[in-house]
Amino acid sequence: MTDTTPDLLFDLTLTDEQRMNRESMQRFAAAEIRAQAKLVDEGAGSARDFYPRTAELGLTLLPIPEALGGAGVDRSPVSNALIFEDLAHGDMSLALGAISPMAFVNTLLDQGSEAQREKYLPLFCTGEFKAATTALLEPRATFDPGAPATTATRTDSGYTLSGTKAMVPLGLDAELVLVIARLDGGECAAFIVEGSPAGMTRTAESNMGLLGAQLATLQFDDVQLPADARLGSGAFDLQRFVDLARLGICALAVGTCQAVLDYVKPYVNERVAFGEPISNRQSVAFMVADMAIELEAMRLMTWRAAALAEQGEDFHQQAYLAKVFCAEHAMKIGTDGVQLLGGHGFCREHPVEMWYRNLRAIDILEGIASV
Amino acid sequence: MINLELAKKHRETFEQVMMLAEHMMRPYSRKYDKEEHTYPKEMEEVAKLIGSARSNPGGTREAVPEGTVVNGGNMGSVVGLFGLCWGDTGLFLGMPGSGLGNAAISAVGTPEQKKKFGSSYAAMCITEPGTGSDSANISTTAVLDGDEWVLNGEKIFVTDGERSDTLVVWATLDKSLGKAAIKSFIVEKGTPGCEVTRLEHKLGIRASDTASISFNDCRIPKDNILGSAEVATDAEGRKKAFGGVMQTFDNTRPPVAAMAIGVSRAALDLCQELLQAEGVALTYDKKPCNLSAIEAELCQMEAEWNAARLLVLKAAWMADNKTPNSMEASMCKAKAGRVGNHITLRCVALCQSLGYSETYLLEKFARDSKILDIFEGTQQIQQLIVARRVLEKSSADLK
Repeated sequence: MTDTTPDLLFDLTLTDEQRMNRESMQRFAAAEIRAQAKLVDEGAGSARDFYPRTAELGLTLLPIPEALGGAGVDRSPVSNALIFEDLAHGDMSLALGAISPMAFVNTLLDQGSEAQREKYLPLFCTGEFKAATTALLEPRATFDPGAPATTATRTDSGYTLSGTKAMVPLGLDAELVLVIARLDGGECAAFIVEGSPAGMTRTAESNMGLLGAQLATLQFDDVQLPADARLGSGAFDLQRFVDLARLGICALAVGTCQAVLDYVKPYVNERVAFGEPISNRQSVAFMVADMAIELEAMRLMTWRAAALAEQGEDFHQQAYLAKVFCAEHAMKIGTDGVQLLGGHGFCREHPVEMWYRNLRAIDILEGIASV
Repeated sequence: MINLELAKKHRETFEQVMMLAEHMMRPYSRKYDKEEHTYPKEMEEVAKLIGSARSNPGGTREAVPEGTVVNGGNMGSVVGLFGLCWGDTGLFLGMPGSGLGNAAISAVGTPEQKKKFGSSYAAMCITEPGTGSDSANISTTAVLDGDEWVLNGEKIFVTDGERSDTLVVWATLDKSLGKAAIKSFIVEKGTPGCEVTRLEHKLGIRASDTASISFNDCRIPKDNILGSAEVATDAEGRKKAFGGVMQTFDNTRPPVAAMAIGVSRAALDLCQELLQAEGVALTYDKKPCNLSAIEAELCQMEAEWNAARLLVLKAAWMADNKTPNSMEASMCKAKAGRVGNHITLRCVALCQSLGYSETYLLEKFARDSKILDIFEGTQQIQQLIVARRVLEKSSADLK
């Protein structure tokens, strides 16, 4: 820390605004998201019909400057992480879709040029859900977020984009997609792709989980982009983008794991075996205790890195470690959630197997859900 | 407002303590590990330098306006311990004034008791030959005879039992009345009837003495009882009375967890240094699944260490802000205890023969860390406490 940094105290108290915001997010998650989660996961409900209902949360409206039609609340990685956590408590997959436009807006606010903000941000202040997303992951083993293979080549009129992106949330519907590519074989840059230009193909993915997030593979075959499609006026800070996204992914993990713990608790207290609740046995109770311990640690790791980001400090290492920690323990909590319900946990009647499938993605996801 | 970095004063505390740890503790680490039971006299100077910040985990509670966030004595204590036990856990525990009895006096003592005994070197006598984690089952007795309490019984595993000036002794006023009749008493060393009978030879923390102490008609002043002498008769009162005794642990568990953070940091630092010499470095560039096994393990340990440290800070922060932290104290003790054991042992393995050799301190860090997952409540006791809280179960339901 520099000497000019104010002497902040270690503090885990939420601001009044964060507390109020959490209440409304939690209400929405419990009333609207949780009910849809199972239907969407089983193909009986449509995520496409669901997302417009998230407009009432004003997710994209909040951080946009008043001059552009927004609420002008300072963008806060901590507050955003809290929102993601609360929505994911309802369902990680629908939460991911719901916040993807916000992640797009956040990145535009963070690294976009003045002209790009003025052009695109008002579109997110209409009071309606506007599908937008970010795309970094590519479909190959050993993919590394620091080294995408998608390329952008400078042309006389702009850029030619080629490559394939995978696991893009809202990938089928997004009207705006921020695509990360290597520019002329050198540094990475981000490009705003509007609509579906010639050469862009969207394919729905069929995955182990996250079915409500409408994950899609986007293929770009010599897609022509205008010169102003390139995000920002200077170099794109890929590391920063990846790290802010990691915090969002961690927050989704925290919310989902809290849902697992909250579901497992009454179950083990009510389920009777050998004449008493199974939670009276240490082998069961200790698994629950460890879930609670690791979940709390996941939350603190996420908050710490988010707070550093908010303070303008270097947060790369803490964001990296938070993701390592959250990925490992989220999967363990997801697995234990199924285990504690025994055979019932394996059946789709209970949501724990869905959470298990969704949590498997925490480790894999990159470049989405930027806070 | 959410912030998980240390306040400036605690960052400074940490830096100062680390200087002491490196220059005034490390040079003696191996010496007193070899010379078990020898008093590490060089630590008197360290104890003097760290002064009032050295123990007193209860911390001083400054008067602050309602709603003001406090980063006080509890946080200062754990931050100091991160550094001191990076230096040497055994030497810290063998240092004057490090006794856990001080925590008890600070937590529940009267102003007079704090004045009289607060700055003494106070050891804690709870465990007995037949009673460990089930501390409600102790057999040492205290009987009021005129103006004096008469203590009888045998205590074991008393950390610094030989070197301390005072002892905080758990005894029952009437074993048939169970938990409610358990009280703690301050006994000054040298009181007739109080005798150190044996010193343990141990796996680690050899610089710290671990004593057996017997009490044979040991008479102490009536005022040396910590808390009330009354034995509650109703169930609620009984629960509350023992709860008061157990509350001491809410103050002492985060510091023990902090010791595990300190020693495991020491192991990680040395391990990373030795690996770096072989070209293996911890980087945060590649996605974890693309790392080599050894890089991935270093990274995983770093994440676990950071997570455990935050749990410790949270529990201490809650204590500073007068928020009940019984569950969080156990959470951080469970996590830091196991992470400390895991990291120190894996660092031995990763450095292979250098880890196993007494030329370096990695094998000692591993041995020293083991006790931190045992005393002040084993891993399993912490899990039990957390499980009861999370599942809202009584100790009768979840045994």
